[in-house]
Amino acid sequence: MIQSIDYWAIAAPLILALAAGLVLLLEAFLPARPGVRTALGCLTLAALAAAFAVVVAQRGVRETFCVPSVGCSYVVDATTVVFAGLALGAGAVVVLLSMGQLAEGDIPVGEWYFLLLAALAGAVTLPASRDLIMLVVALELVSLPVFALTALRRYDGRGAEAALKLFVVSVVSTAVMLFGISLLYGITGAVHLDAIAAALAQPERPGAGPVVAVGAVMVVAGFGFKIAAVPFHFWAADVYQGAPIPVAALLSVVSKAAGFAGLILVLTQALPGESATWTPIVAVLAALTMTVGNVLALRQTHPVRLLAWSSVAQSGYVLAPIATTDAQAATAYLVFYAAMNLTAFAVVMAVPHDTLDGYRGLVSARPVAGLALAFALICLAGLPPGLAGLFAKVVVFREVVAGGLGWLAVVMAVNTVIGLYYYIAWTARLFTPADATRRAGSGPAWIAVGVATAVAVGFSVAPQLVLATLG
Amino acid sequence: MNVLLVVLLVLPLLGAAALLVPGPLGAVAVRFGLAVSGVVFAVAVAVASAFDYSAAGRVQGTVDLAWIPWLGVRFHVGIDGISLPLVVLTALLTLLCLVYLAGHRPPRVRELVFALLVLELGMIGTFLALDLLLFFVFFEVVLIPMYFVIAVWGGEGRRRAAYKFILYTLLGSAVLLVGLLYVWAQTGTLDMVRLAAEHPMSRTAQILAFVAIGLGLAVKTPMWPLHTWLPDAHTEAPTVGSVLLAGVLLKMGTYGFARVAIPILPEGAAAVAPWLGALAVVGIVYGALACLAQRDLKRLIAYSSVGHMGFVLLGFATLTPVGINAALFGNVAHGLITGLLFFLVGALKERHGTSDLDQLGSGLLGRLPYVGSLLTFACVASLGLPGLAGFWGEMLALQGAYEPAAGLPRGLFVTFMVIGGLGAVLTAAYFLVMLSRLTHGPWGGPGPTLHDATRVELTAWVPLVVLILVFGLWPSALLRLTTPAVHALLGVP
Repeated sequence: MIQSIDYWAIAAPLILALAAGLVLLLEAFLPARPGVRTALGCLTLAALAAAFAVVVAQRGVRETFCVPSVGCSYVVDATTVVFAGLALGAGAVVVLLSMGQLAEGDIPVGEWYFLLLAALAGAVTLPASRDLIMLVVALELVSLPVFALTALRRYDGRGAEAALKLFVVSVVSTAVMLFGISLLYGITGAVHLDAIAAALAQPERPGAGPVVAVGAVMVVAGFGFKIAAVPFHFWAADVYQGAPIPVAALLSVVSKAAGFAGLILVLTQALPGESATWTPIVAVLAALTMTVGNVLALRQTHPVRLLAWSSVAQSGYVLAPIATTDAQAATAYLVFYAAMNLTAFAVVMAVPHDTLDGYRGLVSARPVAGLALAFALICLAGLPPGLAGLFAKVVVFREVVAGGLGWLAVVMAVNTVIGLYYYIAWTARLFTPADATRRAGSGPAWIAVGVATAVAVGFSVAPQLVLATLG
Repeated sequence: MNVLLVVLLVLPLLGAAALLVPGPLGAVAVRFGLAVSGVVFAVAVAVASAFDYSAAGRVQGTVDLAWIPWLGVRFHVGIDGISLPLVVLTALLTLLCLVYLAGHRPPRVRELVFALLVLELGMIGTFLALDLLLFFVFFEVVLIPMYFVIAVWGGEGRRRAAYKFILYTLLGSAVLLVGLLYVWAQTGTLDMVRLAAEHPMSRTAQILAFVAIGLGLAVKTPMWPLHTWLPDAHTEAPTVGSVLLAGVLLKMGTYGFARVAIPILPEGAAAVAPWLGALAVVGIVYGALACLAQRDLKRLIAYSSVGHMGFVLLGFATLTPVGINAALFGNVAHGLITGLLFFLVGALKERHGTSDLDQLGSGLLGRLPYVGSLLTFACVASLGLPGLAGFWGEMLALQGAYEPAAGLPRGLFVTFMVIGGLGAVLTAAYFLVMLSRLTHGPWGGPGPTLHDATRVELTAWVPLVVLILVFGLWPSALLRLTTPAVHALLGVP
């Protein structure tokens, strides 16, 4: 049987994959000069822009890779568009950041952009996947290049260690998830998410309940590793710190969004009937994740480690509405979070320091970077003038309260206060009188700061931009 | 009128934004701030004169625009007899703070003026908002600028005090948000006017929501035992910070009771009122006793605020027109009197380098006759001398407690009244003790080189003195405004 393929539906990942191959080839055949590095970066950006244009132009629902009477493996709808747009936008900022990183010359450029584009192709495919095999393949496509990216800087022991840690954790999580998926497949005999839901809705077969529950828990655990949810979080800080900063930004936004997209798809499309099993688990995971992440962030003095734990804590806020079976609030929070977190990473890349104290007086020394970082941190804390963060929190709080999880709302309330402590501590440093001269990153990193800040400010002024897309 | 309300919000915002632009404005930041807040005050006065006093219970000048349809948040503002006095008070105190700054060149003045303008935006916005989430957003706007006002321009222990302030109040805000969203989840609307008219929630839900919202507001007010952030914040904040903190920020908490908690959740309020009243009188007595033990003048006034806010909360707890009128009156009076007190104490601290009572020495009236006599006036007003503004709030609150709303345990409230009355006596005691130590007696401490009140300082203080006298002698000027609004709020004819 020959499947007909709707090339327009898969245009975005296709463009990224083709560009990935092209970049790799070009680097091999062009002379290694600084000009070529920049050109490859621009080519990558152009591919991202083209894919983004395709995503924006895709309206309505498109399906492809369909098996008659079973279902389709690839579906583009409103949520997919938001996730793909998020991955591509974040990818563009990461590329701009890496242009700064690659200027140092100790990283092979072609491989770097190839791996980056491959990961982004995975991140764009994943939210559109509607069968378990496609999901796993896409998720691995996001994960595998990131190990290599982490370790790509030569003679860097910390980077290699981080890559190994990430690799081991990721492989274990994939194994756990595959085992869960095999259980689900064994019980239902289907891999398409809709078909699984339909099969589970049938009158119960003896002994199926516990197996489905175990399968569901293992799938949640597998994704839990990817999104660094507690208790699968311990790798986050070391890996973020060891990886180059652009990779840390990629991990904290793109990989995380992909993990959440997969989790949301499996839970809400394949296992909606089992929500009684997984909602309490997700709620407890959410509460633990935000609390542990925030508490660990309190004592950090390294900016990237702080951002690592803060992004673990933020994962908790994203998980919270999923515990009420609501995907929209989680998606909205992820989009807002991506903008603010990338702003913070961009400033850290543009003005790198090993300690928070290095950022003392940044506002007076470099007003643009200082104010952008202050804005991002206040957004992450969720206070005005960082209205994007405030509205993100309101969206999540609203779903949690409306879903009847009062205790989780209270845990979140306490956590916003814990989180504020370290965000405001960093922000306050930015405004203290300056003492030392400081080195700064290169041009593209500053463009990244500008882009990310503009988006975060835009979301603050008109949060409707994101929310309306969700429908 | 509608336009004027929007202008009230836009002006401080634009002013603050203009200060962000690098350029020559930094050199004349105080004058610029004076101009902006002067215009804001003028607009506030214009609003007050355009206000239809024959319908003070009705919301006027409504502006209702869609903002974030997905969340159901609307830009819905308006003004009535409850919010009008507070808006004018805010505009006045901000202006006076900038007048005060004009005579004192603090470091990094541009940033300070920026923070004050953002504060003004948040404070006025809170009093104008008629959408629950819009109210919350404005409620939160003040946190970051006030944090920086304390943390940058504050005293010795400023960092700790600033953290305590922002973490404590954010915890309150987060609980408040949960409560507001619970109301939304139950009713599907965020419109305060509609919610206050319809009360669509069940009794249990109302009690739950009232507890959450009340706790959030009580942190800001502050209500005993949630007050512990206040003494530190007031003590460490610079003079203008203390003035705005005591004069307006605390009112945002009590205003929330009058605007959100009581009208939207009447049954919840009735159920929780005895507890609120009990904590209020504990606050009154605790504040008074704590004041008696203070050695630091700023701390003493901070604790006196806890007591005064106790009276305001007691007024609310009675749920009668008299009591709520008392609370609203006490709100404004406390804003004026404590604002003046903090200005004066700030002036003393600036001259002596300390606000410790022992080091300040005695004989202030002889040394600094203007400052000394104004301090005496403000203290006497604060302890509730009849004929001055402080009297009416306390007297009416006690009167309200004598005859609480139907359904509330009268015996209990009469007990509250008696204890509250004792608290008022204690308040008089600590102020008189303080005055006798500070203003009377022979000259002591550092000598004759100190200069008395400057012209700029007097410009900042005299309006407050005049208003304290006006509202003391002619309380109906304010009560005429609040009474119809309170009747509308409680649904009594």
